[in-house]
Amino acid sequence: MSPDQIGFVTLLKKEVMRFWAVLGQTVSAPVITALLYLLVFAQALQGRLVPGYDGITYTQFLVPGLVMMTVIQNAFANTSSSLIQSKVMGNIVFTLMAPLSPLEWFGAYILAALVRALLVAVAMLGTALVFVPLPVAEPLALVGVFLLAGGSLAALGLIAGIWAQKFDHIAAFTNFLITPLSFLSGVFYSVHSLPKFWFTASHLNPFFYMIDGFRYGFFGHADVPILQSLLWMSGFFIVCSGVALWMLMTGYRMRK
Amino acid sequence: MNTPSPDALVIDQVRKSYGSLQALKGVSFSIRRGEFFGLLGPNGAGKSTLISIIAGLSRASSGRIAVLGHDTVSDFRQARRRLGVVPQELVFDPFFNVVDMLRIQAGYYGCGEEVWPWIDEMLERLDLKAKRDVSMRALSGGMKRRVLIAQALVHKPPVVILDEPTAGVDVELRRTLWTFMRDLHSKGTTVVLTTHYLEEAQEMCSRIAILDKGEIKALETTPQLLARHPFRFLRLKLGNGGALPEALRPLVASELPGGTLELKLETSKHPIGSVFAALRAAGLDIEDVHTRDPDLEDIFLELTKAC
Repeated sequence: MSPDQIGFVTLLKKEVMRFWAVLGQTVSAPVITALLYLLVFAQALQGRLVPGYDGITYTQFLVPGLVMMTVIQNAFANTSSSLIQSKVMGNIVFTLMAPLSPLEWFGAYILAALVRALLVAVAMLGTALVFVPLPVAEPLALVGVFLLAGGSLAALGLIAGIWAQKFDHIAAFTNFLITPLSFLSGVFYSVHSLPKFWFTASHLNPFFYMIDGFRYGFFGHADVPILQSLLWMSGFFIVCSGVALWMLMTGYRMRK
Repeated sequence: MNTPSPDALVIDQVRKSYGSLQALKGVSFSIRRGEFFGLLGPNGAGKSTLISIIAGLSRASSGRIAVLGHDTVSDFRQARRRLGVVPQELVFDPFFNVVDMLRIQAGYYGCGEEVWPWIDEMLERLDLKAKRDVSMRALSGGMKRRVLIAQALVHKPPVVILDEPTAGVDVELRRTLWTFMRDLHSKGTTVVLTTHYLEEAQEMCSRIAILDKGEIKALETTPQLLARHPFRFLRLKLGNGGALPEALRPLVASELPGGTLELKLETSKHPIGSVFAALRAAGLDIEDVHTRDPDLEDIFLELTKAC
């Protein structure tokens, strides 16, 4: 490996080791939370039919959405919390002084977030599959949607982490943007069951396409065509990555 | 293509402004390879700003800096690989133990397992061997400072910047650090030191720059700097409770406890003999007398005193 490649791999390894050191908090806790949602909603809405998903039980419908919601939240949390912790603790100087390019920073942080998101998704699915049988109709779509959704949220986490100057700022991002958008993205319902205004509004929420596209991977059909979901997610990924890379290249709020 | 530079660091017309505040006002100087160089100045002089720009933590408003001929912006990878910086603040990553932290730091600079023996040597030299597998969180302030020093040296940089490395540390660490740095310096490492302990700078540095209000006030070899103001200090304790003659009063630099006076004499204008003659003429007894040459602190205060 060249020195540049060693630098990149080291940053990636360090980011993975960082969340691995607190696995109970970074992987187990979100999986348990998502499984509790599954338990409560499946129990409360058992037997309910989902419009447009004939032959699929409500519990089956729920699982892909919950997995993707957990992916979204954890990909965002990994990059944003790592950066804000480093900034507040001051140890960001070690990486700022290192001979790493903005693209290497970006790649290492995004990949580490995807590793955490993958662990969470596998743990969540593995547990859910014990109780809920699920088909996998389009595995390629599953992988594509996972990468685009996880990558976008990791990039959004980078933006938040670079912009934030204290933990409160990240909490505001999480509480007022990530959580509402993920709860209103069709995790717990099909958008076809919504009134017209909210049906239209849901189509402006990028998280909706992540949930819907992921569901397509399991059932082979969803609320909107998979191509439309992939285009929306690609656009969102490009915008988030572009902003994050611009921040890294200009040293926005990091190199004074 | 970069040509080999005879200088370890070239700082060329570096300016840095924060709004209307000019932290650096066009600073230029060079540090030769193998020098032990002191960068001194009062708080707020711009030393840390300059170091931050050299290290890539800040961006200069204008001007350029090169480390061993490599521009810190356009050729940042090569410049940073040749530079090790011990930051002033006691920063650490709480997720890792000491040895993992050092290996990660080495990796950032493109170094792999080949530097692990060097890491072990540094742990030994900095008395960190027993703390090798201890979490950074569990270390005392002094131990964290040692790890910071090891982190800066882990990739064996030919140029090392120590930003107030001995601030608030005990005598033992100070000795350990200076022994280690002297050894590295004797093997060719260029060392740049900022410190508020001026006796350390006087002892260690062959050349010193004094920065004040964002400008270089002096840049000379240490002996030249010490000879710059030909003063001598004369401490007197007068008997009989007598008062100093009027002619000598402007020479009083300070009044020390126990009634001792310190006179600052310009050697060409005020020979010591003339002071004694004036005291004798005034009928004063001298109980005790002591002379001393100016040290770096006197020069520093002279150069940085408020205008």
